[in-house]
Amino acid sequence: MKTNRKALAALSIFAAGSLALTACGGGSGDSGSSSSSQGGTDSSAAATSAIITTNGTEPQNPLIPTNTTEVGGGKIIDLVFAGLVAFDAKGEPQLDAAESIEPNADNTVWTIKLKAGQKFSDGSAVTSDSFIDAWNYGANIANAQGSSSFFENIKGYSADAKKPVEKLSGLKKVSDTEFTVDLSQPETNFKLRLGYSAFVPLPKAAYGSDGKITKAFGEAPIGNGPYKLASDTAWTHNEGIKLVKSDSYDGIRKAQNGGITITFYTSQDSAYAAVQSKNGTLDILDQVPPASFATYESDFADSNVNQPAAIFQSFTIPQYLDHFKSDTEEGQLRRQAISLSIDRATITDKIFSNTRTPAKDFTSPVLSGWDTWGKNLAGNEVLNFDVTKAKELWAQADAISKYDGDFTIAYNSDGGHKEWVDAVTGMISQNLGIKAEGKAYPAFKGLLDDEKNNKMTGAFRSGWQADYPAIDNFLTPLYSKTGGSNYGRYDSAAFAEGMKAAAAAKTPELAQAEYDKVQQTLLKDLPAIPLWYSNVQSVWDPALKNVQIGWNSVPLYYAITK
Amino acid sequence: MPSNRHIERYVAPIDETPVAGVDAVDTSQKASSVWGDAWKDMRKRWMTWVCFALIVLVLLAVAFPQLYTRTDPDYKSLMDSLEGPTEGHPLGFNKQGQDVFARLIWGARASVIVGLLATVLTSLIGGIVGAIAGYYGGWLDAVVSRIGDIFFAIPSVLGAIVVMTVLPFRNVFSIAITLAIFGWPQVARIMRGAVLTAKNADYVTASIALGVSRGKILLRHVIPNALAPVIVITTVSLGAYIVAEATLSFLGIGLGDSAISWGMDISAAQSTLRVKPELLLWPSAALAVTVLSFLLLGDVVRDALDPKARSRR
Amino acid sequence: MLWYIGRRLLQLIPVFFGATLLIYLMVFAMPGDPIAALFGDRQPSPEIIAQLRAQYNLDKPVIVQYLIWIGGLFRGDFGTTYSGQPVSAVMAQAFPITARLAVLALLFEGVAGIAIGLVAGLRKGKIFDNTALVVSLLLISVPTFVTGFVLQYLFGIKWGIISTTVSGAAPWGELIVPAIVLASVSFANILRLTRASVAENMGADFVRTATAKGLKRGRVIRVHILRNSLIPVVTYLGTDLGALMVGAIVTEGIFNIHGVGGTVYQAVIKGEGPTVVAFVAVMVIIFMLANLLVDLLYAVLDPRIRYAK
Repeated sequence: MKTNRKALAALSIFAAGSLALTACGGGSGDSGSSSSSQGGTDSSAAATSAIITTNGTEPQNPLIPTNTTEVGGGKIIDLVFAGLVAFDAKGEPQLDAAESIEPNADNTVWTIKLKAGQKFSDGSAVTSDSFIDAWNYGANIANAQGSSSFFENIKGYSADAKKPVEKLSGLKKVSDTEFTVDLSQPETNFKLRLGYSAFVPLPKAAYGSDGKITKAFGEAPIGNGPYKLASDTAWTHNEGIKLVKSDSYDGIRKAQNGGITITFYTSQDSAYAAVQSKNGTLDILDQVPPASFATYESDFADSNVNQPAAIFQSFTIPQYLDHFKSDTEEGQLRRQAISLSIDRATITDKIFSNTRTPAKDFTSPVLSGWDTWGKNLAGNEVLNFDVTKAKELWAQADAISKYDGDFTIAYNSDGGHKEWVDAVTGMISQNLGIKAEGKAYPAFKGLLDDEKNNKMTGAFRSGWQADYPAIDNFLTPLYSKTGGSNYGRYDSAAFAEGMKAAAAAKTPELAQAEYDKVQQTLLKDLPAIPLWYSNVQSVWDPALKNVQIGWNSVPLYYAITK
Repeated sequence: MPSNRHIERYVAPIDETPVAGVDAVDTSQKASSVWGDAWKDMRKRWMTWVCFALIVLVLLAVAFPQLYTRTDPDYKSLMDSLEGPTEGHPLGFNKQGQDVFARLIWGARASVIVGLLATVLTSLIGGIVGAIAGYYGGWLDAVVSRIGDIFFAIPSVLGAIVVMTVLPFRNVFSIAITLAIFGWPQVARIMRGAVLTAKNADYVTASIALGVSRGKILLRHVIPNALAPVIVITTVSLGAYIVAEATLSFLGIGLGDSAISWGMDISAAQSTLRVKPELLLWPSAALAVTVLSFLLLGDVVRDALDPKARSRR
Repeated sequence: MLWYIGRRLLQLIPVFFGATLLIYLMVFAMPGDPIAALFGDRQPSPEIIAQLRAQYNLDKPVIVQYLIWIGGLFRGDFGTTYSGQPVSAVMAQAFPITARLAVLALLFEGVAGIAIGLVAGLRKGKIFDNTALVVSLLLISVPTFVTGFVLQYLFGIKWGIISTTVSGAAPWGELIVPAIVLASVSFANILRLTRASVAENMGADFVRTATAKGLKRGRVIRVHILRNSLIPVVTYLGTDLGALMVGAIVTEGIFNIHGVGGTVYQAVIKGEGPTVVAFVAVMVIIFMLANLLVDLLYAVLDPRIRYAK
C-alpha cells in the first residue's frame, strides 16, 4: 500500500510535468500567432503603441550616466537620457537638447545654448544647471565615477584623490538655457565628445541630501530622453528592464513605438535562438553570435544587416620586448614582417564569414569622410599580404640580431578570441618559419594585470570601440604616452606633436592633414598590428519596420515600428 | 534439559565422498588466485578480445600516430577551411584548414593520457580514502569525510581555474592533477558506501571470528567485494574526464594553445555546429569508441572478478 | 538516531568554515584586480580604482577580508557585489531557479535511471540491456553542450514544442528540457550503477532464499533486489546534487537560465570574492544536508547498517 502511494505520487508529478509542457508549447504558439495577426491587420494603429523587445546585458553599475562605461548600461542610458548631441544613422552629429554649440577661434571655449522648455520625465525643467551639476559630479574624483577622465580637458579638473574638485572652474552658467565650457587644451572634436553618454543632464531629484546621487536614482533613473522606466521597479536585475515612451521628450529622437523591453541573455547564442522563434520573445538582436555567422543571412533573408562598426581590432607588440622595439631598425623590420605575413582577407572570409573588414588604417570606416582620407593612406602597403617580402624583412632583421624565440599573442579566453588568434599565429608561424602560438588567459582581469604591469612576454590582443565617432578617440587612448590604454608603452615625439597640431587646427581640413601624418607615423612604427574592423550584424523579426543601426552598432530603437 | 530422543545419522563411507579427490592435491599446479581465475574466465569471452583490439588500436595511435597518417595535424591552410574530403584528406578540413583525420589520430594522445591519468589518480586516492573511512569508521571516517566534503562542495570550475593558474606548467599532467583534486571525493564516497555494506557481510564476521587481523580482512575480503561499484564508476568517469578536458580547454584553462586533443577539437567545432556538424561528430565518435572499449573492459573485468557473477553463467 | 543527526549537524561547522576560507583564499590567489577589470578596455584613473578597492575592503589582507565577511554573515549580511547589489538579492534570485532545475533533473535521472537500470539488470545480456548500455554510453561520451544544442534545435526551433529560451521567472514547464539535458550524463551513470548492482544482487543468497521461500517475483525484485541495489545509487544521487547546482554552467548558458552555475562562474571570472563565497557557503550547507539524508537512507535501505551512538 505504501509503495503504491509512492508510485502514484511519482506518476502524478510526471503527469503535471507533461501538462505544463504542452501548456507552455500551446502558450508560445498562441502568442506567436496573435503578434503576427496584430502586425498584419492593424499595423498603422499599433505603430505608436507596440512594445519592441530586444537583447542586452545586465548593467555592471547602477544607472548613473557618468559611472556607466560598458555597453549593457550605455544602451539604457542612451534611451532614457538625451544629451546635447545625438548621432544619426550615418554617425553625423545632430543637435538634440542643444540649440547651438559654438567654439571660439582656437577651439578652447565652447558656448552651448539649450532648446527652451525641455523637461525631465518627472516634470522638472532641463536647465544649464542640470548639465553643469551632473558634469561637476562626474568629474569630481571623490565620487569615483568611471567616466571622470572624459572631463579632464575641462579647466579645473584634478585627478588627485587628495584634492577633489567640487566645481570645475571651466563650467560657467550664463542663463538657464546657456553656459560656456573652458578647455585646458584646444579640442576640435569637442562637439562630438559631447555626444558621449557621460555628458547628459541630471534632474535635481538625482541627488540626496548629502549631495550624492542616491541609490534609488541608480535603480530607477529619471531622464530627459525618448523613453522612461515603466515603473520604479522596471529594472529586474539579471533579467531585463522595461522602458516606455516618455511624453516629456520632444526632440529629434521621438519614439515611434510604445516602448522598449530589454531582456538580458546569458549568451548571444541563446538570444539568437530566441529571435529565431520570431514570436515576439525577441524582436531584434543587435549582434549575431559567431556560431550563426554562416547562417544568419538565410535565417533572416530580408531582415538582417551587416555594416561596419566603430570597432578597430589589432594586436599590440609591447615596446619593452627585446628585438621588437619600434625605435630600432630591427624592431621595425620584425613588426613589418609580422604584419605582411598575415592574410587578413582570407581570415575575415574563412574565420569570420566576412563579418570583419580587413584594416587599412588605425581608425574605422564609420568616421565621416573615411573613404577619402582613411582608405588610401601612404604606407598602408604594410597591411597587405606579401609572404616574400615578409620573409625578406625578417631575414634582414635576423642579420642585425638573431632572434629564435617564440612569438605569442595573449588573449582572454572568455572573450571568443581563440579562433582568430589561432589563424593569425598559424600564418605567422608558417610564413616566417618561427614558432608562434596563442596564449590564453582564463579571465580578463589576469590579462589586464599583466598588461598594466608591463609583464607581457609577447604580443597581446588589443582594440578599441569608440565612445564617440571622432578620429582622436581611436588614437589618443591607445598610442599617446599618457593614454589610458597604451599598454604597449608606445612613446613617439612625432605622434605627440601631430596630435597637438591637429587639435589646434583652424579648419577641419587642416586637422585632417595632421591626422593623416600621425597615422603614417603609426604605419611606420606599428605599435600595434592593425587586423580588421568589426562589422555589426543585426537580425530582426520581419514584422518590424524602419530598422536602422547607429554608428555605435546599437539599433536606433526610437524609430522602429511594428 | 537433555533429550532422550535418539537421532540416527547416516554417515557415508569415506570412499563414497568426493573428499577423496580433494585429498589428492596436484601440487605441481599453481594455486588458483582471484586474478588467475578471472583471467581464465575472461579469455573465454569474445568481448574481451574486441575490447583489447580496440584499445590496442587507440593506444597505437597514442604512441605512434605516424602509423596512421603522414599529414601534419597542425598545418593550417586556411584556403581549404571547411572543405570536404579530397585525396589524401579523407575527412576534409576544419575551420582553421587543418586536416581532420590527422587531428583525429594525433588527438588521441592527450585525450587518452588525461583520461587514464585522472581516472587512475582519482580511483587510487578516492578508493583508498573511502575504504579506510568506511572500514575503520569513528573519528577517522569523520575527518576524512569532512575533508572530502570541503573539496566536493567547492565548485570544480573555480577550483580548476585556480589550480591551473597556480601550477607552473600546463600540460596533460596538470589537467589530470586538477581533475583528480576535485574528483576523488566522489569515488571515496561510493567506496565508503560499498565498504559499509561489505563489512557487515557474513564472510567478514566469519573472518573476525577466525581471528584474522583487521587490515587483512580489509584487503582480502572487504575491498574486493566493494570494488564492483567503484570499477563501474571509474570506467564511466574515464569518459567524463576526457570530456572534462574539453570543457577546461574551452574555458582557456586546459592544454596549451598549440596542443591537439579531441576535447579542443570538440569545443572548436561548436562554432561550426550549424554549418558542419560532422566536425563535432568525428572527435565525439573517437571519444565514444575509446570510452566504449574501456567501459566494456571494465565490465568484463568486474564480471570476471566477481565469483557470484561468474558462477551464474 | 537523533544523537547521530545532531552530531552530523555539528560536523557541518568545520566544513562550512573550511570550505568558505579555502574558497576565499582561492579567489584571492587568482591574478588580477577585479575592480580594474570592471572597466574593461577603458581604464579610469588609478585613484578611482584605489578608492573603489577601499570601498570593497580589497585593500586589506585576505584574512581580514574573510573575517569582515564572516562578521557580516552573523548580522545577516552576505556582502555586496562589485556592482553594488546585495549578494543576498542575487542569491534570492538564482537559488529558487536552480532548485527547480535541480529537482527536475534529480527526478528525471533518479526515476528513469533506476527504472531502466533495473530492467536492464534483470535482463542482463538481452537486447533491452544492450540498447540501454549503448544509449548510456553515448550520453556519457557526448558533451552536454551538444545534447543541449540538439534538443534546443529540435524541440525549440524545428518543432516549436518548447520556447527556445527560458524566461526570467523560469517556470517549471520551461525547465523540463534543460533539466533533461543537465541530467543526461548522470542519468547514464545511474542507469549503469543500478544495472550493475541489480545484476550482482540477483545472485545474492538473500535473493535465492527469497525466491526459494516462494515469494512472488515482483516482491523479490522490489523488496530484495531493488532495495539492496539502491545504496550506491543513492550515494551517487547525493553527491550529484552539488554537481547539478554548479555544473549547470553550460546548460544555463544555452537555455538562458539565470541560475547558480552561471552566476558563480561569472563571479569567479570577475574575482568577486563575496559573491562566490556566499554562494559556496549556501551550497556547502545544502550539500551536507543532502549527504546526511543519504547516510540516513543507508540505514533504511540496508537494515544491516546501524548508526550507533
